[in-house]
Amino acid sequence: MTATAAAAVTTAPSRLRAPWLAGGILAVVVALVVGVAVGPVGISPVGVVQELLSHVPLLGVRSTLSARDAAIVTELRLPRVVLALLVGALLSVAGASYQGTFRNPLADPYLLGAGAGAGLMVTLVVVSTSTTLGGGDQLVPLAAFVGALGAVAVSYAVGRSAGGVAVVTLILAGVAIASFLTAIQAYLLQRNSDNIREVYTWILGRLTVATWTEVALVLPYFAVAITVLLLHRRVLDVFAVGEEEASTLGIPVARSRLVIVAAASLATAAAVAVSGLIGFVGIIVPHTVRMIAGTSYRVILPLSILFGGAFLVFADLVGRTVIAPAELPIGVVTAFIGAPFFLVVLRTSVRSKQ
Amino acid sequence: MSAVRIDGLVVELGGRRILDDVTLDVAGGSWVSVVGPNGAGKTTLVRTIAGMVTPNAGRVEVDGVPTHALRARARARLLALVPQVPVIPAGVSVLDYALLGRTPHVGYFGRETAADVRVSETMLAQLGVAELAGRPVETLSGGERQRVVLARALLQAAPIVLLDEPTTALDIGHQQDVLELVEHLRHEHGLTVVSTMHDLTLAGLFADELVLLDRGRVAERGPAEAVLTETHLRDHFGARVSVVQGEDGPIVVPARLPRRQPPDQQEVS
Repeated sequence: MTATAAAAVTTAPSRLRAPWLAGGILAVVVALVVGVAVGPVGISPVGVVQELLSHVPLLGVRSTLSARDAAIVTELRLPRVVLALLVGALLSVAGASYQGTFRNPLADPYLLGAGAGAGLMVTLVVVSTSTTLGGGDQLVPLAAFVGALGAVAVSYAVGRSAGGVAVVTLILAGVAIASFLTAIQAYLLQRNSDNIREVYTWILGRLTVATWTEVALVLPYFAVAITVLLLHRRVLDVFAVGEEEASTLGIPVARSRLVIVAAASLATAAAVAVSGLIGFVGIIVPHTVRMIAGTSYRVILPLSILFGGAFLVFADLVGRTVIAPAELPIGVVTAFIGAPFFLVVLRTSVRSKQ
Repeated sequence: MSAVRIDGLVVELGGRRILDDVTLDVAGGSWVSVVGPNGAGKTTLVRTIAGMVTPNAGRVEVDGVPTHALRARARARLLALVPQVPVIPAGVSVLDYALLGRTPHVGYFGRETAADVRVSETMLAQLGVAELAGRPVETLSGGERQRVVLARALLQAAPIVLLDEPTTALDIGHQQDVLELVEHLRHEHGLTVVSTMHDLTLAGLFADELVLLDRGRVAERGPAEAVLTETHLRDHFGARVSVVQGEDGPIVVPARLPRRQPPDQQEVS
């Protein structure tokens, strides 16, 4: 075994490469334009681009759209598409972060019970106070955060006490916790049938009522959660060798895990608060990124944010066009793609452990 | 060169006493190998020194500094561990894996600098695995993998290296290979080495001093000639061996009970 210096030079450490970053940004831009252009009133993509750029100061681009079309773009479609970008990014980055900290390829905000926990707390707030789900009330995301973090903590504790070896144990615990929380939620709704319709459409996942209020509501949470998680991208790479070895490499494991799980739960909660329960995004997007772009979280996290956002815009597009003029809830669309995808990941991850 | 002092170490796991008042001094720059029968507490001892297990009583000191009071990062700069069965993450390249060893020197939110990459490449070259830098670690052979894990540990630049059964799963040639490499690096970097070893002859060949652990206690310690005796191995391992004095140290040769005559041969004679 003689060392050849030339071979070492051609190998570079993992990091986010410019073509992938460019691809992710392109996906977001395409999603933005297509998402805004498609709808009952057809608007040309060129018109959309001009309208969007006309709002950017100093560019001097002038919109060629009629006042009505411009209003459709800026007041109806744009907030919806922007919200889809934010929610898709949050769910994807949360899924990737849970997968990294728990070293579990099946971890997903919904399968860990975070979605159900957030859903229950939001339902509790809606039925017990005069809060409504459309008004941008700050209580909604806070309640969702408490519910999400609590549910993940319980799933993790139960999964761990049941034997933390098998990949599926944590997920089984999460699914059991989620079912339990959903049952309480159903009970609450039956006792308060006035709110049942509003909460149910929200549970199925919706972006239909998206306005700039929702966007404004989710933005601060988006900024905090994304920043914290991106800062931990190298720590997540160290977690890949397991908690024990990570601690011998100098990572304060307990504290890091808590911070990452809290930030991922905050991301989940913010997404749930504005868009209800949209499942499987946190599995589909990070796994696809991992398969094609690499296993380092320095690659997975930023690309999951970009491609996750774009993915949800297209899922929403499918939801609002396949049975037009009616709309398919977006949670139904993502589950339709995500459930088979989950089974594939389950198969490969269980096989590789054997 | 840093010295390790282990003082009155008691570790209980699941209500069972695994280490019972272990006291041990490891001189700076020396190589101490811990041997003992299965379940004697060898691995627990190394894991406790590495900070993975918190002792119920007693302390571990490096140059007078108690290590269990240190933060993980400071401890990782003093003690580097090569685990018995390292977790090999899927799809991670040899270079990325080696770079994990730089963790205690990279800012918590930071990333490796060009200098970190350079020392990692140099280390991989020194360990003869530079040409594997781009390969996923899980595709390597046992011997190559052990070198890469060793590279990761050495990149922590810690003065003390802990090796938990470094030769398990290696054939005899690769066992010698790895141990010679550790010996070479110990001199070159002035390292203090504490290892656990399964193979008694190899343990005696490479260590300056052997510590025989039995039921969580230090039963014997000293140079190989003093520890590897037929009596000690019978008393502590329940083993029937003869110990031959070889050129470089004692050689432990297993013996079997006297052969019984096969029944058909008895009839013929």
